[in-house]
Amino acid sequence: MTTVVMSAKGLVKRYGQVVALDGTDFELRAGEILAVIGDNGAGKSSLIKALSGATIPDEGEIQLDGKVVHFKGPMEARRAGIETVYQDLAVAPAMSIAENLFLGREIRRPGFLGRILHMLDKKKMLEESIAHMRDLKIGIRSMTQAVETLSGGQRQGVAVARAAAFAQHVVIMDEPTAALGVKEGNMVLELIRRVRDRGLPVVLISHNMPHVFEVADRIHVARLGKRATVLNPKKVSMSDTVAVMTGALRPEDLPAGSVAL
Amino acid sequence: MSTWKERLPPLGTLGPFLALLAACAFFATQTDRFLTGGNLSLVLQQVMVVGVIAIGQTLVILTAGIDLSCGMVMALGSIVMTKFAVDFGMPTFFAVACGIGVTALFGLINGLLVTRVRLPPFIVTLGTLNIAFACTQLYSHSQTVTDLPPAMTWLGSTFLIGQTDVAYGALLMLALFFLTWWALRETAAGRHVYAVGNNPEATRLTGIATHRVLLGVYVIAGAFYGVAALLSAARTGVGDPNAGQTENLDAITAVVLGGTSLFGGRGVILGSLVGALIVGVFRNGLTLMGVSSVYQILITGILVILAVAADQLSRKGGR
Repeated sequence: MTTVVMSAKGLVKRYGQVVALDGTDFELRAGEILAVIGDNGAGKSSLIKALSGATIPDEGEIQLDGKVVHFKGPMEARRAGIETVYQDLAVAPAMSIAENLFLGREIRRPGFLGRILHMLDKKKMLEESIAHMRDLKIGIRSMTQAVETLSGGQRQGVAVARAAAFAQHVVIMDEPTAALGVKEGNMVLELIRRVRDRGLPVVLISHNMPHVFEVADRIHVARLGKRATVLNPKKVSMSDTVAVMTGALRPEDLPAGSVAL
Repeated sequence: MSTWKERLPPLGTLGPFLALLAACAFFATQTDRFLTGGNLSLVLQQVMVVGVIAIGQTLVILTAGIDLSCGMVMALGSIVMTKFAVDFGMPTFFAVACGIGVTALFGLINGLLVTRVRLPPFIVTLGTLNIAFACTQLYSHSQTVTDLPPAMTWLGSTFLIGQTDVAYGALLMLALFFLTWWALRETAAGRHVYAVGNNPEATRLTGIATHRVLLGVYVIAGAFYGVAALLSAARTGVGDPNAGQTENLDAITAVVLGGTSLFGGRGVILGSLVGALIVGVFRNGLTLMGVSSVYQILITGILVILAVAADQLSRKGGR
């Protein structure tokens, strides 16, 4: 039995008359890439928001490493070791790569200079950035160059590296390849694999079926505010997956072995 | 690893400095009196008020804001500190502290309206510009405050370096520029000012309290206007209710000439010092050449448009 890192049971979220989450379940296992797919309005972004602390569900409970958690905001989720990468390249373009990696988590100099004068330890941050980017095999020459000099894929690489550097438990990626071209998108997919191989489970939200099938270990299909099923991408075809997602096919009617609940 | 081209500061930060050198070279050829120690020291004295205002203004512009109220808030500060000292006989130190307190309070109001009510900085500070001007006129009854205690004008007095008189206030301005430069470069709070101007949403998502950064910037900018108020009183020897009217736009001009982007997140504070010096050198040099002040204003206007155009073009070129 594989260990469950993060799970949710019976999450409900209503916005006035609209029921965004209608008792959805969720389960993320250690060392996997779990793709979350679904039509618009299927409740996948509400689910991700609940997991990353961006919204508070009305009902249901979330567990992290077997303990019930109640996130009141994204900062609490982050402190609990959950990092989120957003699709719109959330970086400060005129600042350097090293600065972006440590933004909001700067390392101060030891002793008087750091404690009293709040002086930054730029050298240490630079060294750690280099080590970190090398770890993830992101080939960028200089950590002191401004992020705006990078291509879209490299920028997303910086955002992924930042999440991987500080996440203790889970990395959530919200459409990380949506804004990228084919080649750049593949580069980021490779990076997502490396993050998983270093032991961090990844939740990948994506509209891009080929990307999902390329990297996902399991596919969580959201539909009508519930979890329709969880599929095994090695056993199920892309068209059947889309059929389940849109409701054209019931999960029970899939060939044996397709479901990976 | 890095080639010499990468190590060279980008043209954006070098450009203003080259412009200043070119302006100095030009005026040196036009008039003999320009390149004398006494005259250069005079330029420094003439720009110390604008310079200190420009420090606050740079901080605000780095966050992609703008502060139109800076000169008027400074005028209010100088009236408050001079009147408190002269009318109430308050010790200079406390009177100055009250003046800086009032300007910082205006910064706080600007900051709260920008962060809590989410009004655009342009509109907020356009409002507080008028409010500060009205408060200044009402409180001073449009009368100049005279007979300042000597301690209040001390920063306007000079000491000798070689054969040149240098004002203490000019030294204070330089010190404040270097202090702010250091803080922006070497502290997390300073880097957060750049980050907020660069991409506020991404900055917020990294867990930085962007509202607190913005609020802090407006309050500190207000405090700088208070220091400028003291320098203004020290330089002119009076509390002038009509001060700050040229400084208001000159400070913004200095920041823009210094290469700080009006779109936020880019710029070096020492550029604003260079920008203030460019404005000062043009005013001084053209005066020495006997050019009427109307033409000086004309040339300053052209300089601002050129500087903003350069900023805009370099941003497009960078993409």
